[in-house]
Amino acid sequence: MTLGPIGFTAPWLLLALIALPLLWIILRAVPPAPIRRRFPGVALLLGLRDDDSVTDRTPWWLLLLRILAVAAIIVGLSGPILNPRAEPDNSSSDPMLVLLDGSWASARDWPAQMELLDALLAEAGRASRSVAVLHLSKPETPVFQTAESWRNRLSGLTPAPWQATEAHLDEVLSMLGEEAFETRWFSDGLALARREVLLNALEQRGTVIVHESQRPVLALTPPVIEDGDVRLTAKRARGAGTREISVEAHGRDPSGAERLLASMPLAFEPGETEASGLLSLPAELRARVSRFEIAAQRHAGAVSLTDDSLKRREVALIAGRKDREGLELLSPLHYLEQALEPTAEMLEGNLIDVLPANPDVVVLADVATLSSGEELAMLEWVAKGGMLLRFAGPRLAASDVSRAEEHPLMPVRLRAGGRTVGGAMSWGEPKALAPFTEDSPFFGLETPNDVTVSAQVMAQPDPTLAERVIAQLSDGTPLVTRKRIGSGQAVLFHVTANAEWSTLPLSGLFVQMLERLAVSSAVALPELSELQGTTWQPVQVLTGFGNLRDAGNLGGVEGTRFAQELPGPDLQPGLYEGPDRRLALNVIAHDTVLEPVLWPSGTPVVGLERPPEAPLGGWLLTTALLLLMVDIIASLALSGRLLPTHAKLTAVLIALLLAPQVADAQSREIDDKALAATSEVVLAHVLTGDRRVDDTARAGLLGLGETLFFRTSVEPAEPVGVNLETDELSVYAFLYWPITPDQPQPSAEAYAKINTYLRTGGMILFDTRDANVAGFGTSSPSGRKLQLLASPLDIPPLEPVPDDHVLTRTFYLLQDFPGRHVGRSVWVEAAPPDAEQVEGMPFRNLNDNVTPVVIGGNDWAAAWAIDARGNPLFPVGRGFAGERQRELAFRFGVNLVMHVLTGNYKSDQVHVPALLDRLGQ
Amino acid sequence: MTVSASLRARSEAEAARFPALLARAEHLAGTVMLGEHGRRRPGMGDDFWQYRPAQAGDELRLIDWRRSARSDTQFLRQREWKIAQSVTLWVDSSASMRFASDKNHVQKTDRARLLALAIAILLNRSGERIGLSGADLPPRRGEAQIERLSHALTKELNIDYGAPETTGMLSHGRAVFFSDFFGDIGPVRNALTDAADRGVQGILFQILDPAEENFPYRGRTVFESMGGTLAHETLKASELRKRYLERLASRKDELRRLCIDTGWRYGLHHTSQPAQNALLWLFNAIEGEHHV
Repeated sequence: MTLGPIGFTAPWLLLALIALPLLWIILRAVPPAPIRRRFPGVALLLGLRDDDSVTDRTPWWLLLLRILAVAAIIVGLSGPILNPRAEPDNSSSDPMLVLLDGSWASARDWPAQMELLDALLAEAGRASRSVAVLHLSKPETPVFQTAESWRNRLSGLTPAPWQATEAHLDEVLSMLGEEAFETRWFSDGLALARREVLLNALEQRGTVIVHESQRPVLALTPPVIEDGDVRLTAKRARGAGTREISVEAHGRDPSGAERLLASMPLAFEPGETEASGLLSLPAELRARVSRFEIAAQRHAGAVSLTDDSLKRREVALIAGRKDREGLELLSPLHYLEQALEPTAEMLEGNLIDVLPANPDVVVLADVATLSSGEELAMLEWVAKGGMLLRFAGPRLAASDVSRAEEHPLMPVRLRAGGRTVGGAMSWGEPKALAPFTEDSPFFGLETPNDVTVSAQVMAQPDPTLAERVIAQLSDGTPLVTRKRIGSGQAVLFHVTANAEWSTLPLSGLFVQMLERLAVSSAVALPELSELQGTTWQPVQVLTGFGNLRDAGNLGGVEGTRFAQELPGPDLQPGLYEGPDRRLALNVIAHDTVLEPVLWPSGTPVVGLERPPEAPLGGWLLTTALLLLMVDIIASLALSGRLLPTHAKLTAVLIALLLAPQVADAQSREIDDKALAATSEVVLAHVLTGDRRVDDTARAGLLGLGETLFFRTSVEPAEPVGVNLETDELSVYAFLYWPITPDQPQPSAEAYAKINTYLRTGGMILFDTRDANVAGFGTSSPSGRKLQLLASPLDIPPLEPVPDDHVLTRTFYLLQDFPGRHVGRSVWVEAAPPDAEQVEGMPFRNLNDNVTPVVIGGNDWAAAWAIDARGNPLFPVGRGFAGERQRELAFRFGVNLVMHVLTGNYKSDQVHVPALLDRLGQ
Repeated sequence: MTVSASLRARSEAEAARFPALLARAEHLAGTVMLGEHGRRRPGMGDDFWQYRPAQAGDELRLIDWRRSARSDTQFLRQREWKIAQSVTLWVDSSASMRFASDKNHVQKTDRARLLALAIAILLNRSGERIGLSGADLPPRRGEAQIERLSHALTKELNIDYGAPETTGMLSHGRAVFFSDFFGDIGPVRNALTDAADRGVQGILFQILDPAEENFPYRGRTVFESMGGTLAHETLKASELRKRYLERLASRKDELRRLCIDTGWRYGLHHTSQPAQNALLWLFNAIEGEHHV
């Protein structure tokens, strides 16, 4: 039995709920048990009668509590289950056809669809129904197979980055056989032409259940440039409610990494299906945008790829004569500027300055000769894909450029002088333009009659001339010639860029020609006429989820199809590369309308959500138990047996039970320790685990600290023992590490910490405490242990302390470093091999660092150790000589700490002669 | 546990309590300044009062020869006049007195004994004779009497409600009755009229627990007397409160009227109040009458 989303495994038990009113009556009738009280005043009570013969009733809330508890027990025992799995419909053993719309719009809910499909297949598998899965956007004849075999192929199903077309529907219609089957249609929620026809056909063969997500379909139309800003428009299928989205521009940053360049919020007003906004981006940034997408929408419709149309081409304009101030209309660049202004970025300056900016186009208006440096740079730039656009003019006509032989940057050789037609001093009419031939990039442009040419430079007839001409006059003389240089090209207009020689710059044709030459940026999809005869090669295509993938070996696409067809399996959305530009084919076009699908009223439409089955019995029984607990306490409180002290105790107990675990006190302790160490100079020793050694080390550091305190300006705080595993090392400047043969090896993490510590300026004094009886690290147990301990450490090459080491003079002048033992070999970081003796100085200019380790075995801590009253703990040597030795041990300690704290400052005395010398001047 | 062992244990517990009670009572008595206990005139008494020249008619044996030897005239040694009053105490030691509604409050019997002993100590210091009603402890003076008194006070009776005893009261003496007076009013009336007949004046000192004054009970309750002989069941204790308080007030009124009739004084004390106030009141009530 089910009740809303809750089903019951044992519904008959619910009949017991009838007994609840009975409970009410019983509980009201039976009074609470009396309390017996000792009370001397009872003598005065004798003979008093209760006014009301009815009992003191149980309060209504306690009754309610009890009834709720009982009801919870009854309902809990009847086995309630939230969202019970419907039993597989065993009555129908018909095969099941799963029809997936599988378009970009269904990509938004693809995981949910697949999950539901998996569940359906599992159920079908249990009922041994055969299943076929049909992808509407990529139709293949349905094959009814076992559900299991389909389940294995689920992960291979991906949404297509297009929507099914009528052709697809027809194809599917023709595939449906005559046998009956049940249909599960996973709809993407968008209207489809002739969907009803398919639905009818399916309904004839069995029941149809539609699964459709309620999440709205959002899509992004291609960006449009408006006054230098990018207009972004998002669409949605249903205009209900307000919806705010964020549109993101992705592209490569200067380092080449893909990242978010900008984002802009868009808001759908209620009832509106479109939201648009202007995104203002610097041209540099805009040129780098590779795609716009709606944030958090993982489908191809929310992605709009950008192509060259977003890029504003950079055009460098260079004129031969710039000296004629004020005569703007005569300026060779005026018309070019006017034509290019709306669509291109203009660069001005001299050629050598402009070329490194890597403009897309360089326009040379009547520039005849270039310096050889300019020419080389130019050639290199053109060969790399640059476009050189040259205009003729008086200078070019007068020069010898490309006269005898073809100039590398000129498409043709020129005849001397050029010609003038239709002028006052010449014969003939000004020449008109001839229609453009098919192999010309200008093919398809109208040639207006009013465009006339009255003067031009003439090309020398050459064998290559014919193929280089892309526009000519009505008499056959070349007007525009082009030569490919490397991957770039050089184009020469045989007229001036101003209206002196022809009316061409005055006409609209001029702009169109510039556009065709890709001098100015193309605004949108090329027109049909331009696309005719072109073939575009897909570079990257979109997946249904809106990701780009390599096009692989997809075939080229005929240009006209871009204008005529919607994206489909043969025309996949993505980036295409054409003759001289890139074209982005997006899933959503400007005119795409998102229309929600309307299913006939008879068709059941089910959401994708399938909440998991949740047995509620346990929860209910727990609730009942808790209610009964509350009842106990409440009853006790009511009858006065819950004494106040007990109530407090109970509250404390409950609080204890409910209170979260007290935060780990240890970590705080460690933090405190580190904090204390940062506020003072703290000498630290490594805890070895040997109590005696640790105590000695502590006492030793205490003694050293006292000595420092009295003799120097270093005033250390109490020494601390450091646990390498848990404590923060970086706060200690100096670590004393006595070596015992049996101390534990630190963990890898601890070694990492120690290495960091050593690299960042810390110092460890290793003390084998065995007077180095066996020579450094050879065979004494402590020596071997030291080797073992130190092997993972990042210790530089070592050497015995040289006589001129800074350690010998940081505070006291020392020759020996005795501790409790007198051993000569104390090892420190080796001096760099190139250390040199400075002339006139007793020591070399040594390394700049503090030695990270000092290794010895003189048991310094024992020599330093003092007790609480300041008396030495251990005897050193004998008599006065022994005391002298202890004094030297203290001096060594002072020098060591000074070395740690002041670094090589004493080494800087090397420079004293030079400083004095300089002061003297 | 054998009877003797239990007896031993109980008596030890009692013995342990006895000095404590005495100590507390002395402590309490020490807080009262005995400023006016002497009569300030010559008379019968123990303490020296003055020497006065002998006059005609003085008995020869009254002359203080030692003083007279130092002068030419004879002197009499006069002692301060003291009237030794007999004060008879009755402390209700029945079960109903052993009630304390709260841990913070002492039992009524505890308070009664403390006050009785403290007033005994004070009276002893001011030269009165103290005794317990009944035949056990006739009024006497001295520290030993205090000891005996404190011993006698630790006795406990198992009856539910006690009735005052008038035996052992000396005529024209004084008496103090400590009780909650929850029992039958008849014996109290008899005792008081009896005492009035014998010229005994005194104080009815009622000691009550705060719970007895407030009746803070609710719900279905069976009230039992401390001895368990009386029981009263109610379904709604809260309903009884008003009528209980009325009855308590009428009992107090009755006691008060009884006192007026017999020339006694009536005092009320709650165990939640400090004992010192009660002691002061009691002492003034007893001693003050001398000066009227």
